[in-house]
Amino acid sequence: MNPKIRNPLLLVVGIVIVGVVLQFSINAYIQILILQIMMYSIAAMGLNLVNGYTGQFSLGHAGFMAVGAYTSAYLSQIFPGFLESTHLLGFFLFSILSGCLAAVFGYAVGLPSLRLKGDYLAIVTLGFGEILRVTLLNIDTLGAARGITGIVPYPELGFLDRFWVSFVYISIWFFISLYAVWRLTRGRHGRQFLSVREDEVAALSLGLNTTHIKVKSFVIASFLAGIAGSIYAHLISIVSPSVFGFMMSVNIVVMVVLGGMGSFSGCILAAAFVTVAPELLRSLQSITGFDLRMVLFSLSLILIMIFRPQGLFGSKEIPDLWRSWKAKKL
Amino acid sequence: MIPESSDFFQHLVNGLSLGSIYALIALGYTMVYGVLQLINFAHADIYMMGAFASYYVSRWMGLEIEPGFYALTMALLTSMLACAVLGILIERLAYRPLRRAPKLNILITAIGVSLLLQFGAQVMFGADPKVFPTLIVDQSLIETPFLILKTLDVTVFAVTLLALLALHYLVYHTKMGKSMRAVSHSTVSASLLGINVNRVIVFTFVLGSCLAGIGSVLVGLKYPKIEPLMGVMIGLKAFVAAVLGGIGSMSGAVLGAMIMGLSEEFVVAYLSSTLRDALAFGLLIGILIWKPSGLMGKNTIEKV
Repeated sequence: MNPKIRNPLLLVVGIVIVGVVLQFSINAYIQILILQIMMYSIAAMGLNLVNGYTGQFSLGHAGFMAVGAYTSAYLSQIFPGFLESTHLLGFFLFSILSGCLAAVFGYAVGLPSLRLKGDYLAIVTLGFGEILRVTLLNIDTLGAARGITGIVPYPELGFLDRFWVSFVYISIWFFISLYAVWRLTRGRHGRQFLSVREDEVAALSLGLNTTHIKVKSFVIASFLAGIAGSIYAHLISIVSPSVFGFMMSVNIVVMVVLGGMGSFSGCILAAAFVTVAPELLRSLQSITGFDLRMVLFSLSLILIMIFRPQGLFGSKEIPDLWRSWKAKKL
Repeated sequence: MIPESSDFFQHLVNGLSLGSIYALIALGYTMVYGVLQLINFAHADIYMMGAFASYYVSRWMGLEIEPGFYALTMALLTSMLACAVLGILIERLAYRPLRRAPKLNILITAIGVSLLLQFGAQVMFGADPKVFPTLIVDQSLIETPFLILKTLDVTVFAVTLLALLALHYLVYHTKMGKSMRAVSHSTVSASLLGINVNRVIVFTFVLGSCLAGIGSVLVGLKYPKIEPLMGVMIGLKAFVAAVLGGIGSMSGAVLGAMIMGLSEEFVVAYLSSTLRDALAFGLLIGILIWKPSGLMGKNTIEKV
């Protein structure tokens, strides 16, 4: 069969098989965790374009997730019947709108602030996240400090239950994002991003518009964060300003750095680690009586930075590692 | 709304005293940035640990029974000592192994240390707020129709002023201070001239942490509620103050902190208290876009 048809077909079959396996072998708690990992991976892959590929340090990614989440939440509040009548199509529409609005925010924030470098950029993006959070706290139509509750969850379709529909829906976005960033970074755009990261002055002297390139990666990252935010809104059913604070931004940055800057499979694995590790450590709490989860989490963060500064995978992907492992074995 | 003149002077005093607390913390950020080009995210949590250290020691020594000069001095000394030791430990264990690593890794480590201190403090001291003991009696010193000067505000000014004078002496009139300025100017040429860079960095951490320790006691006296997350917001604002003044410049940090303290006090007094936290970042974004090097920072030209 032609690989152009075969690969997507295999993907669809794969999603269905994995979904069936997850459905019948795992309890609801772990199912939700898996969905969250996929959601965070989408945001982390976007941020990887900015932090890993373009070398610009953004600490306000939770702000763009908040824009996406609130857009979806607000839309489903003012058009309550729309999602039910259109099935999954309405969710797609809302997600895309959320992503677009987040991208607009990304453009508005990125254009002035990407003139700055390094630590300054980190602080300005952090500041943007905080300002957005305080603004959301003060808008009464968006629920102020309470946030928006009772957001329409993913529906049950025919014989498919809620987990299945969410799984398929999030998988579709997950693979669209993965495919998009993969193609993007392996073409002309990816080389432009890398050239800005490696040496901005050299890129400038080659006639590249570095500001344009930086803003481009920032806007794409914000779009993906908006999508992740929209998924968050329908998955958790509650959005509130306190969720999208500094900790959420730090978590997403940690996923990128832990997985290795510029490695997409790395940042998916790191997203899994960051989401699952605090949950696994929950059992430790019942033994020691203290809430040691975050203590151990932050300690492991420091140790990984000291002993494996390039992250788990460096800039390699899992297929690269697989190939080199096979070559060594032969 | 037209501000009444009596209120105006009172807010001025409050703003200045808030500003001097910001200044003490902002100086720690700006000095460490000067020698290491690192935003020491853990600085705010060193400050929090100082508050807890002086809280426990003053409870243990029964300092609140006899408030006064002795009690204040003891609290300040314990807090400074605790912060200095913590600063040295953090530098030695977390930052020194990463001296040659990419900047992003050090930044992530700093965030990690900050989280570790925050959550470690929650495990050790409990997450509920504690009431800081009264170490000096707060009474009115001067009462005029325009303003009331209280002991606390005067203490905050006096202690800050003393600390700043001591800092000025240490940085501009001792050999160590001279090496510190040299390292801040250029690490490579300083080490070529035989300056022990690591020792200078440790010295800088000790200085910055001591100032944070002083700040923590003053905050404890003025707003007597301490908790493990007390450093987060004040740390961010002090950092903004440092950037506002031009990071790396010590007089800039003090100026920036005063501007921050005053503008915050007046915004809360005459506009809205919900704007308090957004103001700091709004101010920061404005200044960075208009003059990225800060008010008193040097313009750097990138050479190829």
